[in-house]
Amino acid sequence: MTRNKMTESDLIEVRSVSRQFGDLHAVREVSFSVRQGEVLGFLGPNGAGKTTTMQIITGNLAPSSGEVIIAGYDLLDDPRSAKAAIGYLPEQPPVYPDLSVDEFLDYCAALNAIEKSVRQEARESVKRKCGLVQVGHRLIGNLSKGYQQRVGIAQAVIHMPPVVILDEPTVGLDPIQIREIRQLIRELGKDHAVILSTHILPEVQTTCDRVQIISAGELVLNDSIDGLNKHMRAASVTISLQNDAKLSLLEGIPGVKSIHAEADGRIRVFHETSLDPTQEIINIATQNNWGLFEIRPGRVSLEDIFVELTTDEPATGQQEPS
Amino acid sequence: MIWTIAYRELRNLFISPLAWTVLGVTQVIFGLVFVAQITSYNSESGEGGITAAVALPLFGWASILLLFVIPLLTMRLIAEERRNHTLTLLFSAPVSMTEIVLGKYLGIIIYLLMLSGMIMIMPFSLLIGGSLDFGLLLSAVFGLVLLLASFTAIGLFMSTMTRSPTLAAMGSFGALFLLWMFALSADMFGDNVLSYLSIINHYVPFLEGVMNTRDIFYYLTVATVFLVFSIRRLNMDRLGA
Repeated sequence: MTRNKMTESDLIEVRSVSRQFGDLHAVREVSFSVRQGEVLGFLGPNGAGKTTTMQIITGNLAPSSGEVIIAGYDLLDDPRSAKAAIGYLPEQPPVYPDLSVDEFLDYCAALNAIEKSVRQEARESVKRKCGLVQVGHRLIGNLSKGYQQRVGIAQAVIHMPPVVILDEPTVGLDPIQIREIRQLIRELGKDHAVILSTHILPEVQTTCDRVQIISAGELVLNDSIDGLNKHMRAASVTISLQNDAKLSLLEGIPGVKSIHAEADGRIRVFHETSLDPTQEIINIATQNNWGLFEIRPGRVSLEDIFVELTTDEPATGQQEPS
Repeated sequence: MIWTIAYRELRNLFISPLAWTVLGVTQVIFGLVFVAQITSYNSESGEGGITAAVALPLFGWASILLLFVIPLLTMRLIAEERRNHTLTLLFSAPVSMTEIVLGKYLGIIIYLLMLSGMIMIMPFSLLIGGSLDFGLLLSAVFGLVLLLASFTAIGLFMSTMTRSPTLAAMGSFGALFLLWMFALSADMFGDNVLSYLSIINHYVPFLEGVMNTRDIFYYLTVATVFLVFSIRRLNMDRLGA
């Protein structure tokens, strides 16, 4: 039981973790940390190493190298204490269809070494939290996908672990359930450290404090949502012209940083956030009879960032901002 | 923690109809064997005690029947959890691999002890009209429990090898049958290594009232070895090969 020296609020600390499957580097030198009261959005295309990373953090998979510290306990040296501090919802909720919700949650409580005297209390409180009060006596196999997912989440948080790891928790839910689950995750984020993996990018913007993108086994972005918003406002203007134009004229406009011709024929003008060149561009275009027929502010979306980071130059690890 | 898993496993058995069916079917078969033995004992006014003549064949039959039944009971243990992705629940909980394996093992063993207990009721009914050789009976029960313990460990190991319960059942049945058939080699070559390894050759002495440390050691070794194999196999899931 060695408590490692670390910032008190760092509940998850992953230090240069790698994992190989034969020749395949599923995860390569990944390092990050999550503080208490923080929700980390974990993004990446399928097969980029998201699930592998989560399996390593939860002790379902041993890393080839590197170390994982959970709530001060080394996962490899002291797995029992470390695992006691984790709640994990894998992609497939690990629920037994033949059990009722109550039976299942009681079993989970026992597995997580909750005292017998407070087990019932823990079960009832987690049922209230996850909206399962009505279905306690029903068999899990007969519940809808949304409820099964909730049982999966309940299972992960029944022992009030400091660290909660959720792998695509909102898959297969209807919009109202998604909102409820997001609300629940936000609640959890208040006093736990939460890692949330998802494919739904707006979900990250609404629920997470920080975003991290993994591509081909390497982290290519790790930034706070605020930083990301700034990043995304580093704005551009997209224009479409009917006639040929001497684009160098645009470079003279104050605040314009660069001009890119896009593949679809549109032209993208990047500029300083503070100086909006829209009016100038319109003036120049009309003066020179360029046949301007489209102009719109190009706000970079998280999706753009995601696509750029995960497709263009995968795994060079150089575009890491911040 | 071992008890938590064992209790869950036992409950799971009784949730499914399999456990009840196995108890029912084996009781019917043992009942028929028992009645047949009593009838022949009466007509031959046989030599030897009633325990040897009536109770022991029951234990002989039990070993054969359990050769078929145990693979069916052990096949789901790990394979089904792996297939349903519920093994993650155990792997993420603060539970060691050893506890998982021993918990699962113990769950089945408790069930089989219940089954053995029900087999015992029949010979005990003979006390109504006669007396029993309790020493011989104890030796036979002890042998049966040891036999079950080794069968179950092999079945559990086979279940850790695959994600298909059916495959696990077939594998353990094959392995048990092979170990059993090693006994035949003694017919051809006399006592040899294979006949020593035969899982049934060590059972016979118990039915003759002989409790040999050699035989006890054999069964305990088989059970321990396959439990250790199971733990190692589960660890490989984590380490990945």
